[in-house]
Amino acid sequence: MNELLRRLFFLPEQGSTFAVKVDHLHYFLFLTTLVVATGIGVTGLTFLVRYHRGTAPTPTPRVVAPPWLEGLFIGVPLSFFLLWFVLGFRQYVWVSSPPRDALDVYVTGKQWMWKFTYPGGPSAIDTLVVPAGRPVRLLITSRDVIHSFYVPDFRMKRDAVPGRYTEIWFEAPKPGRHLVLCAEYCGLDHSQMRGEVVVLKPADFEAWRAAQLGGVPVAGLPGAATKPQPESMAVRGEHVAAAQGCLQCHTITGAPHIGPTWLGLYGRREPLEGGGVVLADEAYLTESMMDPLAKVVAGYVPVMPGYHGLLSAEDAGALVEFIKSLQPTRPGVTAAQEPAYVPIRR
Amino acid sequence: MSPSAAEPERLPPDNYLADGHTLWSWLTTKDHKRIGVMFLGLTLFFFFMGGVFALALRIELLTPGRTIMGHLAYNRMFTLHGVTMVWLFMIPAIPSAFGNFLVPLMIGARDVAFPRLNLASVYLYVLGASIALWGMFEGGADTGWTFYTPYSTTTGTAVLPVLLGVFIIGFSTIVTGLNFIATVHTLRAPGLGWMKLPLFVWAVYGTAIIQVLATPVLGMVLLLVALERVVGAGIFDPARGGDPLLFQHLFWFYSHPAVYIMVLPSMGVISEAVSAFSRKNALSYRMIVYSTLGISFVGFFTWGHHMFASGQSTFGAGAFGAMSMLVAIFTAIKIFSWLGTLYRGSIAVEAPLIYTLGFMFFLFFGGMIGVAYATTSLNLHWHDTYSVVAHFHFIMVGATVMAFLAALHYWFPKMFGRTFPGKLANGAALLVIFGFIATFVPQFLLGNLGMPRRYADYPPHFQTLHVASTTGASLLAFGLLCIAGYLAWSLRYGAIAGDDPWGSEGFEWKSQSPPPTHNFPVTPEYPTGPHEYAPREAEVPHAA
Amino acid sequence: MPPEAATEHWGSEGARQQAAHLGMWIFIATEVLLFASLFTSYGVYRSVYPEAFRAAQLTMDVGLGTLNTFLLVTSSILVALAVHAVREDRPGLGGVLLGAAALLGIVFLAVKGVEYAHHVKEGSLPGDFYRLREVPQVGASLFFTLYFLLTGFHALHVTVGVGLLTVLAVRSASGTFSAAYTTPVELGGMYWHLVDVIWLFVYPILYLS
Repeated sequence: MNELLRRLFFLPEQGSTFAVKVDHLHYFLFLTTLVVATGIGVTGLTFLVRYHRGTAPTPTPRVVAPPWLEGLFIGVPLSFFLLWFVLGFRQYVWVSSPPRDALDVYVTGKQWMWKFTYPGGPSAIDTLVVPAGRPVRLLITSRDVIHSFYVPDFRMKRDAVPGRYTEIWFEAPKPGRHLVLCAEYCGLDHSQMRGEVVVLKPADFEAWRAAQLGGVPVAGLPGAATKPQPESMAVRGEHVAAAQGCLQCHTITGAPHIGPTWLGLYGRREPLEGGGVVLADEAYLTESMMDPLAKVVAGYVPVMPGYHGLLSAEDAGALVEFIKSLQPTRPGVTAAQEPAYVPIRR
Repeated sequence: MSPSAAEPERLPPDNYLADGHTLWSWLTTKDHKRIGVMFLGLTLFFFFMGGVFALALRIELLTPGRTIMGHLAYNRMFTLHGVTMVWLFMIPAIPSAFGNFLVPLMIGARDVAFPRLNLASVYLYVLGASIALWGMFEGGADTGWTFYTPYSTTTGTAVLPVLLGVFIIGFSTIVTGLNFIATVHTLRAPGLGWMKLPLFVWAVYGTAIIQVLATPVLGMVLLLVALERVVGAGIFDPARGGDPLLFQHLFWFYSHPAVYIMVLPSMGVISEAVSAFSRKNALSYRMIVYSTLGISFVGFFTWGHHMFASGQSTFGAGAFGAMSMLVAIFTAIKIFSWLGTLYRGSIAVEAPLIYTLGFMFFLFFGGMIGVAYATTSLNLHWHDTYSVVAHFHFIMVGATVMAFLAALHYWFPKMFGRTFPGKLANGAALLVIFGFIATFVPQFLLGNLGMPRRYADYPPHFQTLHVASTTGASLLAFGLLCIAGYLAWSLRYGAIAGDDPWGSEGFEWKSQSPPPTHNFPVTPEYPTGPHEYAPREAEVPHAA
Repeated sequence: MPPEAATEHWGSEGARQQAAHLGMWIFIATEVLLFASLFTSYGVYRSVYPEAFRAAQLTMDVGLGTLNTFLLVTSSILVALAVHAVREDRPGLGGVLLGAAALLGIVFLAVKGVEYAHHVKEGSLPGDFYRLREVPQVGASLFFTLYFLLTGFHALHVTVGVGLLTVLAVRSASGTFSAAYTTPVELGGMYWHLVDVIWLFVYPILYLS
């Protein structure tokens, strides 16, 4: 049934867990539409034949809808609309809230290519390699104009906006290849800005990644065009932190200074100046770089300058990865339940 | 065409067309009818141009890779098509052309409230259109009609003249809207209360509210983009600390209500036509009135549904999604009311009625796709694909152009005093409807398949549907050319229509056709609402 | 008497005046929306860069801003008095008051010009032209972009208003208006009050707070 309807509506392959959910709502909504459309068509044609000028009596009677009919006209469609909205919005919330154990990949759009960077390395152009059966979270940004990362087989897209990170996640249940397109008009070669998601079995994925980090091109793998990058994001983040002077106020030893320490910061729940608590995740960390005064941790003076426009998207991502790599060595002190990213070393 | 009882041989000598034949008499006229006719001519011209651009796009898309033009030419072409169709055709088409002509006639007035401003709006429109088109041909913006930053602030093409042109057209829109509101408030004939107004007048009134409140925001946002290009103002540029999403918020705050500027007047046309050709009062007059006002109000709070994939907050997406569902309900109400109006009527199958039926069907389909987008999760697949292209063409072509054609045929005898060949018109109407279906249903399926919009080139598996769509577009174009042909012929050689060839009880037919310069020698009386074909006592409740 | 009292399409002079007032109110609504988009941008960026906005605000000349506020409010009062005088059938006095109000508008523009000259000298200019050393560019340049947009648009409105008031003053002094024909003076007054009210929002968000 699912397969039949999918082909009937010209939908592409269902490449992710989200695609299956969305398609079911699609069928529900569209079959209802078709039924009602048929109803409208049949009613219209019946009226056309039954009350044709040639046979209908004139003058016509005055007919005014009674209140109960007006109520029906409003109530029935409204309840369907709201039902669909509730179903759809739950899916939207679901796809906007990545699970904790997701594999992170940074996605950077630029005219006219996609760059994918894994926290521990490597990075690749136009080919995103992911393991099957594991949630993957994409942290998306752009280096020039707005792009939109779109995978029709996954039924999802998210804009890549310069100056900020957007996120979305997916889980591809089985190995395969899926087309990546740019869905937001971005200039001359917008239509050529394509890429590919390659879903590998988890073991194959680890082998691929290890090979990439070792700088050995693996023959036969779809990522043959990708370039290995010797410097992992966390290492690069350390250089950025030094160059931008972050370490003048933030320590990496655990000692509080002008700003909070970065050691174990990622995943910590921080009390805020003026009440409230915030979870120091990627969103909060990037926000604090760009707009530091929005949420100041309690006990610190709001003195940090904003780095909006000063930090490139890649540098900001590298800094986040650097902070994430700074986990205390003694287990169980903070953030024990958080995914700890250990930079892969060669 | 129903023949009227006594066939007159000549047009009435005191009609507004006979009041001065020189070009000067047209250029300096303050007569709302002549201004309406001028707008009609201008918008038809731009509709033709926009159609030519559309065909060029469709031909390019016949094959993957280059067919007749390169990427840059394609990008400029779709911008040209969008700007022409949205600002030069759609927005002024029904309100400025038919609204100007009909609103004073429908409310028993001799003219609009500010005739000189009305004439100024024609000149502003022509000035803006000339600047925009000059810019398009001279340099050619390649931003799409949406001018999204930071692309529009960084591209090397000539965006400035287009921005300036659209900015000036905005003033024309505001002036027209201001005029309509003041006219409806102050110039209604004695005895014509608000709840007796023809539904077209209500629709134009609702449109005018949007025109005066939304357009200034567009003006300012275009100016900010222009400043960004000239002095590097930085408001929308992330490199200077600005936020590109603010542009989208401000732009859609105008452009979503602008959709209703395009579609509300067409709903008014349909309300009139469906009553006139079934000789029936509207099934629920007050539901149509309230839903018109509801659309113009709630329409201001739904702009975020253009940005579900942009990274706006989840809460924001939910709020905008729910508001969009409310706007959809107003449209659903209208469709049911129009359908119910046919019940127990006396239906004449004339071209305007065929367009009306097409309109209802396409509006329903287009609207339901809109409802699907408002569920937010489905939008993540469809956003910025051909599904969106098909959706707004269902509304803009399937609904608004159908209504525009219905209006053109229904009021052609009113405007020019002549009828057109009825059988030919019915045939052309069917051709246009089938051409439309063949053009845009494949595009909708293309969207399902995942074809993004604004693509000069595409992976080969999309080709079959593109070919189908281009074939349909040729059919549609042929149908439209037929209409242009026989209407141009009828303008001179059509049979004299008489005052009310359709037997319509709409208020605009209370005057002579074509009307004299000051519309009514004696102000008419309004004992009942519009389209009351039955004696008052013969009230029958709806038996379902 | 009104020169066009016998306009062909109006039923009565009352309806004509009503339409003129309604038209003016709608026009005012569009003006409000025009400025609203700038106020929105101000609100957004002020919440993004509160520090930079505060620092940039401190470089503003509050004295001149307050002087301008005083000038505009005074001229608004004069216009209100002029409308009153014309309604009382004293168009001569009305003309004098309108002229005085226009004069205050010109002084306002002159003060604004002095301020702009300061900004050019200091380099507190929008976007790429920003050269102010004391305050870092990110955020502050947006403040000055919005400052110039808000005050520039407002100054444009003041200029139009001064022209309008001058014409009205001359016509009033030459006795065109009377208690029976006050509409143009009233509409001109409404426009001038709008200009004044917009300034009353622009002034605190740019100079105070």
